[in-house]
Amino acid sequence: MFDFVKYYKYFFGLSVVLVIAAIVLLFVFGLNLGIDFVGGSIYEVRFDQGPASAQEIGNFLSGQGFGGVIVQPTQENAYILKSQVFSLQEQEEFAGLLKNRFGTFEELRYDSIGPVIGAELKQKAYWQLGLVVVGILFYIAYAFRKVSEDKRRQDISSWRMSLAAIAALVHDTIIVLGLFAVLGKVMNVEIDSLFITALLTLLGFSVHDTIVVFDRVRENMVMQKKFGWTMREVLNYSVNQSLARSVNTSMTVIFVLLALAFFGGTTIFWFVIALLSGVAVGTYSSIFIAGPLLLVRGHDN
Amino acid sequence: MPDYRTEQKEKGSEKSGIFFRLALIIVVAAFAIYLANPLGAKLFGANYTFKLGLDLQGGTQLVYQGSLDKIDDSLRSEAMDSVRDVIERRVNAFGVSEPVVQVSGDDRLLVELPGVTDINEAVRQIGQTPLLEFREEDPNFSLPESGDTDINPDALFRPTALTGAQLQRADVVFNSQTSAISAPEVSLAFNNEGKELFKEITERNLGKRVAIYIDNQLLSAPVVQSVITDGRAVIQGNFTVEEARELATRLNSGALPVPIELISQQNVGPTLGRISVARSLVAGIIGFAAVALFMLVYYRLPGLFAVFALLIYTAISLTLFKIFNITLSLAGIAGFILSIGMAIDANILIFERTKEELRGGADVDTAIETGFKRAWSSIRDSNISSLITTVILGFFGTSIIRGFAITLSVGILVSMFTAITVTRTFLHAALALPGFHKPSTFGVKKITS
Repeated sequence: MFDFVKYYKYFFGLSVVLVIAAIVLLFVFGLNLGIDFVGGSIYEVRFDQGPASAQEIGNFLSGQGFGGVIVQPTQENAYILKSQVFSLQEQEEFAGLLKNRFGTFEELRYDSIGPVIGAELKQKAYWQLGLVVVGILFYIAYAFRKVSEDKRRQDISSWRMSLAAIAALVHDTIIVLGLFAVLGKVMNVEIDSLFITALLTLLGFSVHDTIVVFDRVRENMVMQKKFGWTMREVLNYSVNQSLARSVNTSMTVIFVLLALAFFGGTTIFWFVIALLSGVAVGTYSSIFIAGPLLLVRGHDN
Repeated sequence: MPDYRTEQKEKGSEKSGIFFRLALIIVVAAFAIYLANPLGAKLFGANYTFKLGLDLQGGTQLVYQGSLDKIDDSLRSEAMDSVRDVIERRVNAFGVSEPVVQVSGDDRLLVELPGVTDINEAVRQIGQTPLLEFREEDPNFSLPESGDTDINPDALFRPTALTGAQLQRADVVFNSQTSAISAPEVSLAFNNEGKELFKEITERNLGKRVAIYIDNQLLSAPVVQSVITDGRAVIQGNFTVEEARELATRLNSGALPVPIELISQQNVGPTLGRISVARSLVAGIIGFAAVALFMLVYYRLPGLFAVFALLIYTAISLTLFKIFNITLSLAGIAGFILSIGMAIDANILIFERTKEELRGGADVDTAIETGFKRAWSSIRDSNISSLITTVILGFFGTSIIRGFAITLSVGILVSMFTAITVTRTFLHAALALPGFHKPSTFGVKKITS
């Protein structure tokens, strides 16, 4: 039996460091918002016979008056060109120029999103995040309501369980955001609607994991009545019991996500990475953070 | 106290109850597996195929913003509806299979054109009013000296002031005067201004040809027989009924009631789509295999049953996607694959709990029952919180994200069923067979108290 609660200071310490680091990174690097949120165009093309480099394309385009275009190589002879929104004629002119200079190419994809939609998507994202957090808060309080019906031990009300679960969630979210702030800077990974989807999914999933632990705690609270255990002992016992379940359920999801990351479509690669990092951090927080959090401000410590 | 014979009968009917359920599950599974075939399946005459989203089959998505400032609040939704109708007619004229044209929000229009890759052509045709022109013979034109009889009609005619702007209405009519079989024609009715213009044009060009152009293409050029004062004209052009109807529709759709602006377009080429589908399939299979391997190694025989249940889960979910015609996007497929990893959760919770009970000395039957019963609250609560998330995603998200939310929720709901019902039936059935009725089936060796 591993005494989780005894070492909680170390786990909390690690988490605090990670969270602060993430917040700092977010401030310093900011999030690399994709065209979904700021508007713009993305044109992904594959040339039959490629130009020498992304730079060559960029220089040529600048020379032709399309200065604000960013060119990134993706695979063999394939490039992503990002710019601000083009009108229909501009886009045709653009395509024509490329064809004349560099030969025929295949249009893999073309996205052009006006800034109005971008601002809207951003707002929607905030709403969604808010709603999910509130929804989960209420649901946990409701699902675990019988916990506070036990008048003798008022230490752990179901509201406190909700708050502990939400705290673990916030912890997970900030760390994942921090990770992507770094990835955004270093590898130019963009935050798009899919990323928000990943965040939201992982909110639901991380709570899934935390609930596994809390459920066990709820069951074991009976030990207090029967054997006079302290909350601390109940918690330790519960976390140890749920270890196998928690780890295994996360393992299966991680296997599947790894398969998707390595073998799945390239467009969703970073989406999968967001989910993966979220599941990993979420499992860690469910086991090491959520439980001990129930004791903070508690009566026996 | 039940006597021996009653006990045996009870056990007997229990056993037959179990095998009946097992048989039922196998039948459902067989149906599901047959219908889930990625290459399409036929049953009772209906075709069951997957509906692929734009990002998988390639196609274009356009979002138009309507300017409704000049329109009264109460009339706004009507205005958007008529815009939608006009655009839908144009889209249909464009000839796309299964297009989607819908009003989105208060003042936006969403257009999805699967399989269309020339986005510029699509945008031009959809966003543009068909241009109807009446042109008259250009007096400055003269035949080329070479005696060439191949004359470019565009050079022969010059535009007049009469265009679609003055058109009041276009109709399909059937003319039985010119031939035995009624030929479809498009009859035009002009407004007052148009009537005047038409009268002048026909006066000027008596005996000469007046050309009717649509979108800069010559449709017909009849000779003016008399001065027309009632503002009516007929376009005869060797139409089929379809063509006549299409033209009348396009002319009538005329100007949009509300100006629209293209604010977003997304175009995915078919290659990227095809590659994504192939890769998703591979990832799905590998992910499934990894989970299956893990379950077998860690949980042995019950693990095997869980894997069977997972297979059935996959087949049932895929079949449901087909039956409800759920559009699968790349993110949607990822959501489904993710749900495979999550589906097995319920089984893990149940098995772990069962193992605990076994270790605590309970007999196999009780341990399993307790396992299922006690794990249910965890399963229910954790799945509901995931469902809360998917519901919110589904309401607020764009079509691609909604696809993800839908496949994930279907996955979660179906998995709750298969993990519990199917696995339990398999376990009961196995336990009815001799040799499996011991703790080692679950990998429990020692009994600690």
